[in-house]
Amino acid sequence: MTRSIPSRPFLWRCAVSLGVLAASAALPAMAATAADPASCAACHGANGMGNAAAGYPRLAGLPKAYIEAQLKAFADGQRNNALMSAMAKPLSAADIAHLAAYYSGLHLGEAPLAKAPSAEQAALGETLVHQGDWSKGIPACIRCHGPGLEGVGTVFPPLLGQPAAYIEAQIKAWKEGTRRGDPQALMQTVALRMSDAQTQAAAAWLAAQPVPGPKAAAPAKKAH
Amino acid sequence: MLAAAGTASAAAQTPAAPAAPPPSQINAAVGTGSKFQPPPESAIPNNDFGKMVRLGRDIMVDTPKYAKAYVGNSLSCVNCHTDGGRMAGSAPMWAAYVSYPAYRAKNKKVNTFEERLQGCFMYSENGKAPPLGSEPLVALESYAYWLSTGLPVDEKTPGRGYPALAKAAQAPDYVRGQKVYAQSCAICHGADGQGQYVDGKTVFPPLWGDKSFNWGAGMGSVKNAAEFIHANMPYGQSYSLTPQQAWDVAYFMDAQERPQDPRWTGTVAGTRAKYHDSPFSLYGTKVNGKLLGDTGAPKAR
Repeated sequence: MTRSIPSRPFLWRCAVSLGVLAASAALPAMAATAADPASCAACHGANGMGNAAAGYPRLAGLPKAYIEAQLKAFADGQRNNALMSAMAKPLSAADIAHLAAYYSGLHLGEAPLAKAPSAEQAALGETLVHQGDWSKGIPACIRCHGPGLEGVGTVFPPLLGQPAAYIEAQIKAWKEGTRRGDPQALMQTVALRMSDAQTQAAAAWLAAQPVPGPKAAAPAKKAH
Repeated sequence: MLAAAGTASAAAQTPAAPAAPPPSQINAAVGTGSKFQPPPESAIPNNDFGKMVRLGRDIMVDTPKYAKAYVGNSLSCVNCHTDGGRMAGSAPMWAAYVSYPAYRAKNKKVNTFEERLQGCFMYSENGKAPPLGSEPLVALESYAYWLSTGLPVDEKTPGRGYPALAKAAQAPDYVRGQKVYAQSCAICHGADGQGQYVDGKTVFPPLWGDKSFNWGAGMGSVKNAAEFIHANMPYGQSYSLTPQQAWDVAYFMDAQERPQDPRWTGTVAGTRAKYHDSPFSLYGTKVNGKLLGDTGAPKAR
């Protein structure tokens, strides 16, 4: 019903955003078109930096194909999130490509998002990230997301520069089945084996790391 | 209230939930009956011996960095020895340690543990053997010895090597294997099998071609590869492939070209007759009209 008048979907999405955001973020630009990054800025920040306090993820510097795949997953329900599904559904393929290209071209700052967690939590988080817990079937994060967690190719996203709350929420979403569509359910398989304490420790440790600069964050290349 | 309406609308339009993850086991050890637990890394002693153990661990995990002079490709030990050589069913170092010295048909003599390690560098790493007593071998031996703390000497230690796999119901097949590869392996190892790198560091190892293991490596045996794959791949989804799928995809991988066997006798037929006279080696056989291994003498490095 909201689709009968071209201008309404966006206004409706703004209303949704405002309802969810409450007082925590700036007003979205009301003049933006459907595929205008301004529509995303209210939650994801003017430069796609995300919002650590609210747990909204960074978009800056994520691989273009990864962003496209996520928007499509929100639109078709494989990622089930009321706010993002509403944002993604009206987007055309061209809109999605445009937004993905825009955000993939932005760079993150290098400052960590969060303070280091307690020594105990940091030790657990760092061990999981670098060695995993194979007794529970949890491979190290670096094995797929890259030795510097900078992401690998287009389907294994960078893990640095993301709010701890966002990372925790994703593991929970995989456990509950509200996030799907990851290739071969590789991440869902691992998420289902992670305890709450492990999830929190890994997320807290990851969020406390500095983010590599643009060079280190470049997409995976073939060596030699 | 608009937000609430949005939630309801999104839920109504959610398509049927896609399939859950494929049934899998948490790790390779599940299929081995092994009960052995190597000591945790936190127990590595803080002394000169511990330093050598740590170096061994580092070599396992990033071989091109820590044993650079002896490595001729992009692979690390950990690519075939999950969890830095700790995992039962993934050729754990502790089970190997208590199995040597041993006679090996591969070179027709009794090999010490150090000599066995040399083989990994010559074949799986497509490099050259570190001299006996050299630091990389001392480090790896120290690490393997330390991992095996509490384990009796026994070449039949449960968890050694890769778990035996039932014979394939149908003879392993290239075309079926290619399909399994595209569905289950290409996402990490690449459609062309050349792996994926970040800033020159291997993340997902190349499975064939110049940067992979050579024709002399254990993984070049279709049986060995099928057993490894079944218990360890896709990463995190142990035992999710059927035995038939594991055999087929191992055949597909081992039917690709890779660096020459360093034991090269001068001809493909001669090298096959001497070192590859096995139904599990495709070296020197024709696959899709191409003679495998017909790439001339090993390249010097």
